[in-house]
Amino acid sequence: MSTGTLYDKVWALHRVADLPGGQTQLFIGLHLIHEVTSPQAFAMLGERGLKVRHPERTVATVDHIVPTTDQGRPLADPLAEAMLAALEKNCANHGLRLYGFDSGQQGIVHVIAPELGLSQPGMTIACGDSHTSTHGAFGAIAFGIGTSQVRDVLASQSLALDKLKVRRISIHGSLTPGVFAKDVALHVIRRLGVKSGMGYAYEFSGSCVAALAMEERMTLCNMAIEAGARCGYVNPDQVCFDYLHNRPEAPRGAAWHRAVTWWRSLASDVNAVYDDEVAVDAGEIAPTVTWGITPGQAMAVDEVVPTPDQLPPGEEPLAQEAYRYMDLRPGQPIAGTPVDVCFIGSCTNGRLSDLRDAALVARGRHVAHGMKAFVVPGSQQVARAAEAEGLDAVFAQAGFEWRRPGCSMCLAMNPDRLEGRQLSASSSNRNFKGRQGSASGRTLLMSPAMVAAAAVSGVVTDVRTLLSHTKTPERGLTE
Amino acid sequence: MTSAPITTVEGRGIVLHGHDIDTDRIIPARFLKTISFAGLGNHVFADDRAAAGGCHPFDCPEHKGARILVVNRNFGCGSSREHAPQALRRWGIAAVVGESFAEIFASNCLALGMPCLRGETEVIEHVQQVVQEQPHVHFCLTLAASTLHGLDHHWPLMIDSGPQTMLLNGCWDATGLLLSHEQELRRTASQLPYLNPSSG
Ligand code: SF4
Repeated sequence: MSTGTLYDKVWALHRVADLPGGQTQLFIGLHLIHEVTSPQAFAMLGERGLKVRHPERTVATVDHIVPTTDQGRPLADPLAEAMLAALEKNCANHGLRLYGFDSGQQGIVHVIAPELGLSQPGMTIACGDSHTSTHGAFGAIAFGIGTSQVRDVLASQSLALDKLKVRRISIHGSLTPGVFAKDVALHVIRRLGVKSGMGYAYEFSGSCVAALAMEERMTLCNMAIEAGARCGYVNPDQVCFDYLHNRPEAPRGAAWHRAVTWWRSLASDVNAVYDDEVAVDAGEIAPTVTWGITPGQAMAVDEVVPTPDQLPPGEEPLAQEAYRYMDLRPGQPIAGTPVDVCFIGSCTNGRLSDLRDAALVARGRHVAHGMKAFVVPGSQQVARAAEAEGLDAVFAQAGFEWRRPGCSMCLAMNPDRLEGRQLSASSSNRNFKGRQGSASGRTLLMSPAMVAAAAVSGVVTDVRTLLSHTKTPERGLTE
Repeated sequence: MTSAPITTVEGRGIVLHGHDIDTDRIIPARFLKTISFAGLGNHVFADDRAAAGGCHPFDCPEHKGARILVVNRNFGCGSSREHAPQALRRWGIAAVVGESFAEIFASNCLALGMPCLRGETEVIEHVQQVVQEQPHVHFCLTLAASTLHGLDHHWPLMIDSGPQTMLLNGCWDATGLLLSHEQELRRTASQLPYLNPSSG
């Protein structure tokens, strides 16, 4: 059993009671809600005549269903409009803060909570969305929940949970140019497998992680759930404090200094005990792309699609299904595969640094003939910042569409979707069958820079070959 | 506030082969565009069923009315949508047995009082074989003993003690239990530095 880790410390602090059967009642410090998984929870609350216990600790935004072109009300899709209206009504009835279109802060829930400074070290953070693991980048215990649990948090600001084990994933060394946090995440999932994290919280540490900017750490923690780990985190350090300083919801003045002292004390002790440890060499990581139908079916862009004998035991049936679905042959290079649609966005890679990385590739080039390529900023704040430095113009000149913020084609609950068998290069997080809105649509996950490379080349392309013709991206310029 | 104790689940089985069946497949995202769970049962596995052209297990007449779903590894991975267990439930499933489950999916099932029990690979494959060869076999899942009984077999299964106790005691609907700890909730909140920024 782990001791002395950040996970252990934060867990102990939030423990409310021990429940029959061995579960723990855990206090939830921050509850984030959105329009898709909350309406039924509010209905259940209403049926029981319950109120929201801590309205001040519940924050809402609208992201999953929003159109990224015309966001005028009423929304064109009546179902989407009904969901947004229900969220507005529920927030008004219960006195909850809602960051809607006219707030100037609307965006994907996992993008806006960090940029507002709501996500802080030492908190427990829950949201009815599996990528809540993102907020672990701040040294929080952050995890996705289902709708009945949303109801429980609304009603009691707490949850019945089993404590997880802790696996430390130490990533040492430096990333080579053209390799990003997304590649680290895909590489780790490929190595450990999509089920490896079940029952675990993942602590990402090591010199490589320490050198990552906050936005990159968010990408890494975001993908923890794709390894099966309900939460992933990075110990809070100066990089984290510098990011939070002066954010609207961060503590100020004397409270800031007290908070930083407390935050420092939360990092895992040097002699902390882990349930498991894994080491990864950052220098070995290449730009990574998925070839299959789970995020674990990933490969370096300069490799060939694995043959059945190269796969771990037991993986062959899924690989056979993936070859058929993706229409890729074992042994075939992935580079050079023609792509139909390029999507840059999502809570994994829809932040300012992601757009900068992609713009660096797009600048002075043009999307390939017949390619649909679009950029969806993760939030209104990201959109403003990108527009202030002219990234929207860089993308537009290169033939990308510049959209309004939302989840968009990450899960295609809005009009942005694949059609038929289209193949997308996507900076999102899931390449499941049918994920991007067409039951037979196909997805290749990769970093935003790699998506831009595919867009301008028309085919899957090693971004390093394009970067060698431009200037090398400066790491850490993003915050 | 308590929910009904769940001690056994009885009924016919239905098999879904394959690892890593994600919640996007159980209920595709377009069916999430709703503010209620009603009607989701019709759309469970919608895309897989359409692709199978009527030959999907959830469309086979011999599985109509089945209550125990038998799956393989990492069932329910991906999105946290409770719409997935809700859709299964509304189709008629009352319990799921498999090699392993994604955590959020299993806890969502628990919140609906729908037990998820694990079994060794050989056990699950054997149950799947029996269901497929004899779809009319009646099974009985016993929570206290974690066993599945059918024909002349008793298959050993596993469930963690937390969910097991909650189901058996009828406290799987956690809201009432959580709210009963008023004192403890107040005490915890009063000790959290970020809720009490002026002290410390
Ligand atoms: S961007 Fe995708 S993964 Fe992230 S919250 Fe939206 S739908 Fe979920």
